[in-house]
Amino acid sequence: MSILLKDVHRAFGQNHVLRGLDLEVLDGETLSIIGFSGAGKSVILKHMVGLLRPDSGDVIVDGRNVSELDVGELNELRRDIGYVFQFAALFDSMNIAENVAMGLRRMPDMYDDEIMARVSECLALVDLEGTEDRYPSELSGGMVKRAGLARAIATKPKYLLYDEPTTGLDPVTVTVIDRLIVRMKEELGVTGVVITHDIASAYRISDRIVMLHEGRIRTSGTVDVIKESRDPLLRSFLEGRPELAERAS
Amino acid sequence: MNGFVLTPVEYVGRWSINRVRSLGKAGYLTTGALRALRNVEIWGPRLLTQMVSVGVASVPIAVFIAVFTGIVLALQASYTLTGAVPMYLVGSMVGKSMITELGPVLTGLALAGRVGASTAAEVGTMRVTEQIDALETLAYDPLAYLVVPRVLAGVLMFPVVIVLASAVGVLTGWAASLTLLDMSSAEFVRGLRLFFVPFDVQFAVIKSLSFGLIVTSVGCFYGFHAKGGAGGVGVAATRAVVVSSVLILVLDAFWAVVLL
Repeated sequence: MSILLKDVHRAFGQNHVLRGLDLEVLDGETLSIIGFSGAGKSVILKHMVGLLRPDSGDVIVDGRNVSELDVGELNELRRDIGYVFQFAALFDSMNIAENVAMGLRRMPDMYDDEIMARVSECLALVDLEGTEDRYPSELSGGMVKRAGLARAIATKPKYLLYDEPTTGLDPVTVTVIDRLIVRMKEELGVTGVVITHDIASAYRISDRIVMLHEGRIRTSGTVDVIKESRDPLLRSFLEGRPELAERAS
Repeated sequence: MNGFVLTPVEYVGRWSINRVRSLGKAGYLTTGALRALRNVEIWGPRLLTQMVSVGVASVPIAVFIAVFTGIVLALQASYTLTGAVPMYLVGSMVGKSMITELGPVLTGLALAGRVGASTAAEVGTMRVTEQIDALETLAYDPLAYLVVPRVLAGVLMFPVVIVLASAVGVLTGWAASLTLLDMSSAEFVRGLRLFFVPFDVQFAVIKSLSFGLIVTSVGCFYGFHAKGGAGGVGVAATRAVVVSSVLILVLDAFWAVVLL
């Protein structure tokens, strides 16, 4: 099953962010969404997990239309989706083990010892063994992001949504996170959607890249296709040259 | 000319729309929280922590206020009544005022500051740092997780703290009468019992329940709708304190009209 967005419109007051967006994420692939700041990339992710509902159009995840689900059905779907927030959104009143365990505590038939075993497993997967008793404020930026990833994968989701997972990190930590994202796909077989401004990172982790502009997909293709594209707006973004964007508009 | 005429009209219109919108949000939050009551497995384990945070942690400030209120009440009563009526009425004034009015209202206002601000700040910080969104993605109803235990804790613990504070106020009023006014215990207790009716305590408890409901609900409301960063959280906390304080005074008058 894949993720499908059909003719999605979403406005915030006068700001019409998504304007008939069509997007398909294929099963098992990692898709990166790039685009200028404020283009609505995070809004797309929030629609996929039901944090936002479209004004019109359909958001279909795992064969289920997200806007038509009641709270119980939506929670059921959310157990199959892991969401890695831009700033991790860890619960600052809880230690790392409690944070990672949060999703597991909503799983039926999971007992404390199983939960703690899974927590240790997830923390090991993101190289954070031994941080169970530490609080988010005691970790570095990279560790916080990895803890957020551990929390997102704890329930063994089919889909992982990453909102700018490498923003604000040093180059080495960026590579560590990139490798983790690739590992999630290869070892756990998850379908990934990544919002990123980091082009080098997008090239490393993506099967496909799409560019969002003015509420719709402007360009879409494999990493090679994107690299070869002559679209001036895309080139402007990839090369960081605003004059190309001005020419395109 | 048009600008001159339209600007106030626009202002009133915008103000009205915002008020209606706020009412809508409040209604949405209230019905959501009522629905969330059935998710006992989410709010149940958090209730005790919130009862400690809202109630037990508020005892020192409530007692501090009550101690001084009791003393001042006794002295004020003596100052007003001396030479006019028997002094045992000091006990009546301290008891009646402390139990039915000053205990609930002064403690309620103090708790509006302590509990209202901390509720709005905690929930508001969770909102602006996407922790509430994170709760949702982890299949938690944020109303069941954040709002229900706080509001229930307020409803359950405000009466406890307020009754305790009122008792402390009466006791310090009594102590002040003995030590500063040369009254005997028997005189003070006679006055205290003269006009006391059990309904006074019921009246105080009813008011306290409503204050607990209002302070925690308003704190959750402003926290839940906080926007922006630290500034937004500050605005939410300030509004929570101001609005709950005003509503406490309005409710105080309401209960007086309805129940007395």
